[in-house]
Amino acid sequence: MTPLQRRSLLLAPLGAAAVGGTAFWMLLDRMSQGTYDPHSLPSMLIGKKLPDFSLPGDPPSPGFSSTDVVAGKQPALVNFFASWCIPCVQEAPVLMQLKRRGLPVWGIAYKDKTPDTDAFLKEHGNPYIRTASDKPGTVAINFGLYGVPETYLVDGTGIVRWRWAGGLSDDVVSNYLNPLLQRLA
Amino acid sequence: MRLLRPLLLGLLLASPAYAVSDPAELLPNHAQELRAEEIGEQLRCLVCQNESVEQSDADLARDLRHVIRQRVVAGDSDQQVIDWMVARYGDFVRLRPPFNATTVLLWLAPVIALLAGGLAVLIARRRRPVAIAPLDEAEQQRLANLLKS
Repeated sequence: MTPLQRRSLLLAPLGAAAVGGTAFWMLLDRMSQGTYDPHSLPSMLIGKKLPDFSLPGDPPSPGFSSTDVVAGKQPALVNFFASWCIPCVQEAPVLMQLKRRGLPVWGIAYKDKTPDTDAFLKEHGNPYIRTASDKPGTVAINFGLYGVPETYLVDGTGIVRWRWAGGLSDDVVSNYLNPLLQRLA
Repeated sequence: MRLLRPLLLGLLLASPAYAVSDPAELLPNHAQELRAEEIGEQLRCLVCQNESVEQSDADLARDLRHVIRQRVVAGDSDQQVIDWMVARYGDFVRLRPPFNATTVLLWLAPVIALLAGGLAVLIARRRRPVAIAPLDEAEQQRLANLLKS
């Protein structure tokens, strides 16, 4: 065995362990930042038209339909939430900030009771341009939703550009949403 | 005693337990219900990702079971129901992923592993050191001298 062979025999496993370790560390780091979720799935809606829907509101809100979302001819968010969902509480301040920036956010209450939704919006603020209620969860299935909260970015022409499953955080907004909004503007 | 045998037979034929939490979920038409169960068995519950829609107790799985039954009653074929789900949730919803560009590595992994193993064995055999030639006369002389001293 030449010295080179011997050295590579020692260094190759060490190198492999270093690469693996770094990758694992990056993965854990991104998980703790909330920018990587091993359970998250790609959305089938990306690049497709917003699914057609028309949902009733919790009075006095008149509810809204997919045409209402697209009518603004500007990028908008569709956010599925529920009063019983903990990440929804966590993302509430982030949504409020997006509202202050002038981004229209449409809220769909998923399998939620009207009084609970009202109480939730009173307690954590109402970032929504309008809210609607999907009590049976059928519109959610058409979106391919598999949990709450989920947020969809729709561009001015009604095409879905992005989906975030889980609570929005400042990191998610600056890493993913802002660059996309910049490109769409 | 006369009842025992049919009872035992019934136990043997009993289908596996599904997570149908409410008998109202079941379709009145038995053939349709069996078809719906078979379809649900092939679909992944998106919430508890290693259970099928038919086994899972999650809310979403219950809703999807309901959709499957609605579509079966509406006259969709098994493939149409599965396509409906795939259009919304992607190939991930299928517990048996299709063979395509993204899953090619997944499906061919066993073959690749087998080939790699075979190649490794082949290389190891080729590298087997040749038997050492016996010492020639000059070398034997040198050895004898070394041992003497």
